[in-house]
Amino acid sequence: MLAIRETLTASRRAPLLSALGVVTIAFSLFAFGLFGLVAINIRTALEQVEQRVEVRGFLADGTAIESVSAAMKDIGEFPEVARVDYVSEEQALARARKEMGEFADVFEAGVLPASIEVHLRVGLRSPRVVKSVADRIRTYQFIDDVRYGEEWVEKLYRLRNIATIAGTGLGLAFATVAVIIIGATIRMAVLARAKEISIMRLVGATDMFVRLPFLIDGLVKGLLGGLLALLFTWFANRTINRYFLETVFFDPQLMFLGILAGALIGVLGSFVSVGRHLRSI
Amino acid sequence: MIRLHEVAKEYPRAGLALSHISFAVRKGEFVFLTGPSGSGKTTILKMLYMGERPSSGEVLVSGVSSRTAGGRQISQLRRRLGIVFQDFRLLEDRTAEANVRFALEVIGVPKSVIGAKVNRALTQVGLVSKATSYPRELSGGEQQRVAIARALVNDPFVLLADEPTGNLDERATRGVFQLLRDINASGTAVIMATHDLDLVRRSEYRTIELNHGRIVFDSAESAPSAQSAEGGGKAHMRTPTDW
Ligand SMILES: Nc1ncnc2c1ncn2[C@@H]1O[C@H](COP(=O)(O)OP(=O)(O)O)[C@@H](O)[C@H]1O
Ligand SMILES: [Mg+2]
Repeated sequence: MLAIRETLTASRRAPLLSALGVVTIAFSLFAFGLFGLVAINIRTALEQVEQRVEVRGFLADGTAIESVSAAMKDIGEFPEVARVDYVSEEQALARARKEMGEFADVFEAGVLPASIEVHLRVGLRSPRVVKSVADRIRTYQFIDDVRYGEEWVEKLYRLRNIATIAGTGLGLAFATVAVIIIGATIRMAVLARAKEISIMRLVGATDMFVRLPFLIDGLVKGLLGGLLALLFTWFANRTINRYFLETVFFDPQLMFLGILAGALIGVLGSFVSVGRHLRSI
Repeated sequence: MIRLHEVAKEYPRAGLALSHISFAVRKGEFVFLTGPSGSGKTTILKMLYMGERPSSGEVLVSGVSSRTAGGRQISQLRRRLGIVFQDFRLLEDRTAEANVRFALEVIGVPKSVIGAKVNRALTQVGLVSKATSYPRELSGGEQQRVAIARALVNDPFVLLADEPTGNLDERATRGVFQLLRDINASGTAVIMATHDLDLVRRSEYRTIELNHGRIVFDSAESAPSAQSAEGGGKAHMRTPTDW
């Protein structure tokens, strides 16, 4: 049909600007992609270390074993808790010696207190949950001190948040530039076809019919930009994998979503511009 | 069919272009809109195809009201209007035939009927032999005929012509005017803006004369008894004031 035949007229009039539009969309999504990759991998890392997340409560000297078992039974019934283990002074010492290797001698019996190890259920290992469990354990009188990996858990979470914010910010900035550049391409195309468009409208073509070729133009650019971004991100990921550390890539749904986002940016840029410039014809 | 009621139009910064415009056009009527340059002829035609909306008052065209019409309704209305301009407005990169065809293609007329319609319209304006010529290969009169064919191709109930002979020499003017008369004789109403007084004087059609955005004379009003349904009647015409 005519709309299809007229497709890409905008791009043909301004090939350089059009290419720039595609590349900017690609950069926008690339920024999202890179930081998304960071976020995803941190999440994966968190999941892995979270398997080991435990809360350790150190027992005061001379705590009666009966009170400890009663408490362990209580704690074992917390909804967040998977398992509770008892670590005696001797076991703590043996473990420390094993970990320290050659410095094993610095530990003497009785230096390390006995403790209970509380393992949390999968999915209930966020810093907030961990902290709340730790706080509850702290309330037992015979618990001297509670330790959990608060620092690094929180650090990882913070890193992920920074990656998300930076990625979103940079991505949005590029997306805005992409919308502007695509808008400028459309503007040139609309003005170049002003006479044709004014005749179309005089003989009764609908607004949608007049806009359609421009919208399709934007859509095609957006899809191209999305694919290009996927390619960039994939190469970046492969490079990191090869030389630095093992990472996971987006699943197909996320890749599809990314390309869709590109299409959206392209159509949006066209839509805004064509609406504004048609009014002036 | 067409009715304007107390229409006024104010352009931003340019002041009042029209005021107190009221008149009606019947089915199949031929009406001249005359008046000096800047008197508001083009603005009235624009309001008839709803390219502009009145600042106050109402324009009614075939049941479509300027007060309520949305984009879609306006598009539908324009499919039933023919519009012709002084400067032809043909697409230079297409043949005469393609220019006429364009008007059907962009409103989604099925391909199978486009050919016959285009051919009929070109026959009507006497240009079948020039179907494959480009606008630059045609005389002014021929170009205007192509534009008229484009306006007719969708069987409009009214043809709106804004100074259609304004760019034409004496001979081409007579030819194009005769074509408009023929079109009117076959039942299509014609509203023609012109300041060619000779043309107005030599014909018996209804004349609405504008000055400074007001109707200063309407031959249908001055002799209401002479109005008739067929072809605008034989209203007596006052000679328009010289300007
Ligand atoms: N788009 C516009 N913006 C501002 N003023 C306009 C516009 N179109 C027409 N006018 C003014 O409205 C008045 C009537 O113009 P127009 O309808 O074109 O008259 P005519 O066709 O009789 O020469 C003039 O004073 C003209 O300057
Ligand atoms: Mg005019």
